This record gives sequence, structure tokens and C-alpha cells, in this order.
Amino acid sequence: MSTVERPAADRTGDSSPTVGPVPAPPAGAARAGRPQDRPRRRRHRRGRVAAWVRVIILSVGCFTVLMPVVWMVLTSLKTADQVLVMPPVWFFTPQWHNYVDVLTLVPFQRYILNTATIVGLVVLGTLLSCSFCAYGFARLRAPGKKVIFAVLMGTLMLPSTVTLVPTYIVFNNLGWLNTFKPLILPAFFGSAFFIFLFRQFFLGIPRELEEAARIDGASYFRIWWSLFLPLSWPVIATVTVFTFVGAYNDFFGPVIYLSDESKYTIAVALSYFSGSPRIGPQMHLTMAATTIAALPSVIVFLLAQRYFIRGIAVSGINK
Amino acid sequence: MTLTRTEPVAAPSDGPRGERPKRRRSRMTRNQALWCYLFIAPALLGLLLFSLGPMVASFLLSFTSYDLLSAPQWVGLQNYVGLAEDTLFRKSLSITLIYGVVSVPATLLIGLLVAILLNGKIPAMAFFRSAYYLPSVISGVAVAMLWKWLYNGQYGLINTVLGALGIPGPAWLTDEHWALRALIFMSLWGFGGTMLIYLAGLQGVPKELYEAAQVDGASRFRQHLHITVPMLSSVTLFNLIMGIINSLQVFAEPFVLTPNGGPNQSTLLLSVYLYQNAFQYLKMGYASAIAWVSFAIIVVFTLLVFRSTPMWVHNETSEER
Repeated sequence: MSTVERPAADRTGDSSPTVGPVPAPPAGAARAGRPQDRPRRRRHRRGRVAAWVRVIILSVGCFTVLMPVVWMVLTSLKTADQVLVMPPVWFFTPQWHNYVDVLTLVPFQRYILNTATIVGLVVLGTLLSCSFCAYGFARLRAPGKKVIFAVLMGTLMLPSTVTLVPTYIVFNNLGWLNTFKPLILPAFFGSAFFIFLFRQFFLGIPRELEEAARIDGASYFRIWWSLFLPLSWPVIATVTVFTFVGAYNDFFGPVIYLSDESKYTIAVALSYFSGSPRIGPQMHLTMAATTIAALPSVIVFLLAQRYFIRGIAVSGINK
Repeated sequence: MTLTRTEPVAAPSDGPRGERPKRRRSRMTRNQALWCYLFIAPALLGLLLFSLGPMVASFLLSFTSYDLLSAPQWVGLQNYVGLAEDTLFRKSLSITLIYGVVSVPATLLIGLLVAILLNGKIPAMAFFRSAYYLPSVISGVAVAMLWKWLYNGQYGLINTVLGALGIPGPAWLTDEHWALRALIFMSLWGFGGTMLIYLAGLQGVPKELYEAAQVDGASRFRQHLHITVPMLSSVTLFNLIMGIINSLQVFAEPFVLTPNGGPNQSTLLLSVYLYQNAFQYLKMGYASAIAWVSFAIIVVFTLLVFRSTPMWVHNETSEER
């Protein structure tokens, strides 16, 4: 991997005095001192026009990208007849009860509960295990550590299909099919990319903080738990979003491991929707269900996005 | 390539080379090593249990015939010979290649263009960024369900728009000439992840470079061609390799959008074919062989990409330091 080199931030000792979620600045941020003070009126004006051209292009693109989502929501609020009107109607009385119908026609609460259990535990397991391992990789020294880290990063390139069949066979032999265990357990054993993200962030935390804590007699465990973790909000947010979205949208796993309808996650249930006798080809209901299914990851993203974007910048992937 | 130099916490005690501090230091180092192993133990276990172990097992399984019910039987190269003669597998392979070769570069290009447009001071920056990333957050089955409706031949939005423009839209998902294209087109909707990584990369491009180019009278386009693209080449490398790996793992979309391999098996991506063999026909050995062939393809592509990097990846560090 060419991605393990780190940003220059910690070499300069991250002089920022504030304690709190201060991410290491992306390399290059410090170099950019912009000579804006020089009077360059014409260029300034041209720059502003260019900015507006960009905004217009971006708006058109944005409209195109969001159109499918708008269409989904609109369809979900139509009546069964309105869905089939050509050309499509854009103004109509929204049928909010479509959502109620969907939630009652199929055991949606069950699916929500199943999904919440799996996703909640996967996120918890990933955050704990990845930050824990990352502390070891970032701060402690032991023979063989670098090799282990390199191999771990190598598994980023291992497609999940290669490990799929034996893993399935083992879980099958353990009698864990049709339980949530195969979906949850692996999360507690770290995951290469998220360990990488945490490690990158930990490397940017000034050593002095930790040395002070060591002198006060804090164990490494304490340092990880009460010093590093509370400082890591941007990465925690990033990893949470990635893991949440990944686990929530996971389809392959639930499809092969869960067979009982009462065990289905939202994603699996949704995929059987249009064919199910209760919903059938009723597009307004299918789209209502799709909207409900899409909502949680959108909400999580919007809540965490401020940190999330910073967290990615910190990872120094560009180095 | 270089991993971080990890200095011991006790760095200040480096000075006096007396006997006692040395011994104390070595005990500390040993203590620290124990802690280190403890901290990385979950990852190490996970590596053995969920990556390396299954990897070896899957390699061995690919030389057996195994249906989960009776014990696996060693069949030598039979699975691989079977794959070479399997026309459906060859078809699946070419479908996957087409999918990857079109979808990955197109996603990179769109991601880069939007990232460039989004970089710098513009009004409503945060809104645009989130809006473009939104589809990547939804992903999976929900996206497939939504696009199934968009692609609907009679009432779908896409054919409605095409119809308004006077173009008769095809039956996207049921016509074997269009199903794969529909799948590829849909995959472009998820360019947000690539865009975000490019955007992070753009923060690291020194502004002075553009200013210098501007003084020299280079146009915007040339500035991006000769500064942005080379400066972001390592990001492109990352995105490219991840894109190749992901395109071999796409599953929910074809599975939901065009079930059972699509019209005349025209969207039978390798992942779907593997799923069918493993979990519908219970041919675990054969499925493992498919997995290894696709893994080999990834390795070959990745090596090719890495081999070609001196030609196009601009190495910043070697020039500056």
C-alpha cells in the first residue's frame, strides 16, 4: 500500500494548544498563505463570474443527481392510480397513509428491530476493536508489529468472495446459520481500513499528552480509553458512518445467513417486496418502503457529516 | 511505503549509556511489547480467523468437490478445467470485465470533475457536497429498488424524459442489449465516495502551483490537466484499485435489478455466478475456484496498475525532500 505514509502534521509537533477534537491539518494547509491582499480588481471580478458559473453547473448536476430521490419520494406519496398516469403528475395531495400502510402490511417493526440489533452491535464492535488495535499500531513497539500491519493492510485488497465459502462452511458447522452471529461477530475483530483511519489520527496526537499521563501512572489501556478515544471524534464519526452505512446496506451477508422471514433485515425484506403477495406490484407502496429503508443511513450521514468530511481529510489518503 | 518510525516512549533516557538505565529500558521495552501484542491481538486474531485462514481453506476447497452434505472430495484441477470449459463462466467473466472497465474509469472521471468544481470557495458548498454524496449513502438494495422503478419501460422516469425528448426508450432491464448498460449507468450514481476522497486530496495541492501557472498565462483547463491531475495521481491510484476490487464484488444491484443473471444471463456478474454456484447449487468447491480466478484477476490488474505507476503517478515526496 502506498497509503501508509503520514501527513507532516505530527513532525511539526502539532502546536495547536486547544484540547478537543482538533484534527491534524491536512498536509499543505499550512503552506497556503494566500496573497489575497494585492489589489487585482479585474481578476477578482473574473473569479467571481467563474464562481457563479461553477455554482450553476453544480446546481444542474445536483438536480440530476437528486432527481431519482425526488421521484422516489413523489411516487411514495401518490395513489395507486396516480402512479400510472402518463405524463406523470407533479402536483397532487400527498397520501401520507401509504407509509402507515407499508408499516402495517408487512412486519416492518420486526425488520427494523433485527436491523437495529445487527447494525448497533457491528458499529460498537468496529469502533472498539479498531480504535483499540490502532492504538497498539500507532504508539506501542513490539517485534513483528510492522509486518502484521503490512499484512493487515494487504487484506484490503482481498475480495470478500475469496473468504466467503469457507467462512460460510464454518458458521454452518457451528450451527450459526439463521442467527445474527455470523453478521456481528467478525466486527469485534477489527477491520483493516478502519484501523488504518484510527491509526492515522492517533499518530497526529501530540506525544506530550500521553507522556504526562504515563508519568501520572496511567496504563496504556487508560491512555487509549480516556485520552485517545475522547480526542478522536472526527474519526469515530467517520468510522460510524462508514460502518453504519455498510452494515445497514449489507445484503449479501443477510441473504446467505438468514433464511427465516422473522430474521430478515430491512435490506433483505425490501428486496423481496415487489414479488411479495402482500405488496405485489404496487409501486407507491414499494417506493414508500424504499424511502423508509433509505432514511436511516441518510440521517446518520447528515448528523455526522461535519466530522465525517474532516475525518476523511485527516486520514491523509492522498499521501 | 515507509511505515512510521515509532520512537519508544522513553526516548529522553537515550543519553547515558550506563548499564542500569539500559537494563531498565529493556524491561520497559519488553513490557511495552506485551502491551502492544495485547492491543493488536483482536486484529491479529481477525486476520487469522476471517482472512488468512479462510483464504487458505478456500484455496484448498477449490480443488475439491463439496456439497456441504457429504465430506469434501479431492478432485485435483477438475474445477479449474471445468471453469475453462464453462461457457457461462466465460460469459460472466467478460460481463464483469466490461462492467469494471467502463464503470470504474467513468466513476473516477465524474468524481474528479465534481471534486474540482466543489473545491475552493463557493456558495452552499456544504449543501452541494452532501447532495452529491447522498446516493452513496443510500446504496445497495434501496438504490436497486429505486432504479428498477426509474428504468420501468412504461412508467419509469427515464423513459418518460426520453419520450419527452422524442427518443423511444428501450425496455432497460428486460432487453439483453440494455440490461448491463443500465447496471453500469446506475453504478455511476454512486460516484460520491470517489469524489469525497478526491476532495480530501485536493486540500493537499499547494495553491502556489496554480498561482504560478496563472502568472504564466495557463488556462483553467491546462492548470487542472498539468497540476491537479498529476498532483492527485496517488489518490487516483487508490480509487482505481478500490474500484477494481469493488466491481468484482457488486452483488445487491444485479441481484435485485435483474434477478437470476438478467435477460439471457446478460448481467451475470461473477459475484452473482459465484452466489448461484455456492448457495443455489451447493457447489462449494466450484464456487471457491470462481473466487480464486476472480482474485487472480484482481491481483493481475493491481500489479498492472502498480507496474504502470512510474509512468503516471507523480511522487511528491521524492521531489520536495
